[in-house]
Amino acid sequence: MSVSADRVDVRKTYKLYVGGKFPRSESGRSYEVYAAPRGARSAAAGTRGAFLGNVAKGSRKDARDAVVAARKAQPGWGGATAYNRGQVLYRVAEVMEGRRAQFVNEVQAAEGLTAARAEAVVSAAIDRWVWYAGWSDKYTQVDGSLNPVAGPYFNISAAEPTGVVAVLAPQRSSLLGLVSVVAPVVVSGNTAVVLASQDRPIPSVSLAESLATSDVPGGVVNIITGHTAEVAPWLASHRDVNALDLTGAADVEGMAWGDLERAAAENLKRVLRPAGGGSGAQEPDFLPTPDLTRLRAFTETKTVWHPKGT
Amino acid sequence: MTTTPAPLVTAAGQATRATEHLGVTRLTNQALSSWLHGLPGVDQVGCDARAATLGTRSIKTTAKAWAIDLAISMIDLTTLEGADTPGKVRGLCTKALSPLPSDPTTPRPAAVCVYGDMVATAREVLGDSGIKVAAVATAFPSGRASMAVKLADTRDAVEAGADEIDMVIDRGAFLSGDYLTVFEQVAAVKEVCGTARLKVIMETGELVTYDNVRRASWLSMLAGADFIKTSTGKVSPAATLPVTLIMLEAVRDWREQTGQMVGVKPAGGIRTSKEAIKFLVAVNEVAGHGGAWLSPEYFRFGASSLLNDLLLQRQRMSTGAYSGADYIPDDSPSLY
Repeated sequence: MSVSADRVDVRKTYKLYVGGKFPRSESGRSYEVYAAPRGARSAAAGTRGAFLGNVAKGSRKDARDAVVAARKAQPGWGGATAYNRGQVLYRVAEVMEGRRAQFVNEVQAAEGLTAARAEAVVSAAIDRWVWYAGWSDKYTQVDGSLNPVAGPYFNISAAEPTGVVAVLAPQRSSLLGLVSVVAPVVVSGNTAVVLASQDRPIPSVSLAESLATSDVPGGVVNIITGHTAEVAPWLASHRDVNALDLTGAADVEGMAWGDLERAAAENLKRVLRPAGGGSGAQEPDFLPTPDLTRLRAFTETKTVWHPKGT
Repeated sequence: MTTTPAPLVTAAGQATRATEHLGVTRLTNQALSSWLHGLPGVDQVGCDARAATLGTRSIKTTAKAWAIDLAISMIDLTTLEGADTPGKVRGLCTKALSPLPSDPTTPRPAAVCVYGDMVATAREVLGDSGIKVAAVATAFPSGRASMAVKLADTRDAVEAGADEIDMVIDRGAFLSGDYLTVFEQVAAVKEVCGTARLKVIMETGELVTYDNVRRASWLSMLAGADFIKTSTGKVSPAATLPVTLIMLEAVRDWREQTGQMVGVKPAGGIRTSKEAIKFLVAVNEVAGHGGAWLSPEYFRFGASSLLNDLLLQRQRMSTGAYSGADYIPDDSPSLY
């Protein structure tokens, strides 16, 4: 009998990521997560794969705590230099690269992909961090402008972070999709409260561990695993959340879109909807290189007048 | 619960009462020592455990709403910074008068607590609104000044219109066993206070043991304290639940012995509604007497940021959505 057969399993506790720490859910709840069957196109496929683990089932109070942490972290992160934020984002890519094998295994199990396909997805996810890292000190030049005015003034418009952004991460693309929605939010100086994919949350926990060990200040990204339809309304109505990314609301059963958008309107949140909207909403394909749409969606344009020297 | 002005007590009268209470002919340090050291010791582990257990009580829905309103009405809204200005004190008083302008049903805090030189400013803004003006005195927060200075400090605040005086005890004297000095100082300040209520700050973070907290509580009450208060807020740890538990036991036992109600004020470090509600649970469970202490008359929170969190929770309960700092008044004036 080999040594490994004698070993007791060391099972992992999948926890939340809030304020740079890994707490269990305040509610004490967890839920079972299963692998997607090989080749499954959607998370809701009928046949159930192998048991992967018990994952913390976040509650509204976990979401509230995450918003508090995000709010607290925002001035520091938003006030960091663009150069610094770019470096930190690049560092995330470095750390993920070091854990590539783990990510490949988890994505493969979570999404039912072939090994080669999972490799490609993880590479794309890592490259996505690098892509956004490069934009950190460039997007303001692209988005900002020196406006022509009739007077002895400079009139300058420049993008600034919106604040705290609640993100419903894509349900199917558990890692690449997650990175593709989180990176554009934080690169400009926003902080994020992310609801991970409900049925495929395990890669998000590993991403949290990468973030925690890669110079990203605690609270800048907070990841809550749990039931999307249960927690999302609390984030949508939260007055201290400035914007809402509804990408992950596509394909969620029992998601009341109208209610989410109405609640978000209470404090004039910016809302980013996936293509289609409502029951026809579709999760985007995250493989192609993105454009600046997502980054722009969570910025505010500040315009200042400055007297010209004579 | 009525506010009867405390009878004017002289320091000598207080000493006479103390000798009667102790059953001795003359109030000496030895008499005080043997009395204080004769108090039963505090079971530290048991006390911490009881506090932890009380902290697990679940207070929800209507009970929570009631507790939040009660906690707001118990706050001594405090600003004790070297950088305080009349403008900042006015801002704080305005906030006390109208804690949440969007919801006029919000109760007002009990008092505004400031340094002695800001009393007149606070008094002017608060007027006859019923919100008390509390002043820290006696060389707050260290208490390291001569008795003459401490008394002058107190007199100054009372004359400027303070309704309540927060004094600090001489921790150095207390810790070296010189209980008579502490007694005499508290009694002397009490005499100068006149009708102003005297809160005695024991600075429990410096008292080292729970036994000392119990002794300091009894000593303060014997010397005429109307309130016993945990901390200045300048020393960490400040107000903890176990320490407050010991003080609540002391005021409860004091009432059994003398019939007098003495208030308790935890101050410093209480920042969230959740913590505040734990204290209220402790008041009800430990002090008992049908919740006699569950009133701003006999229980206060010394706090500055607690009010904001209580207001956020109050909004959460009335609107059903989590609220944010943008939706409650900002009491710190802009620096620009």
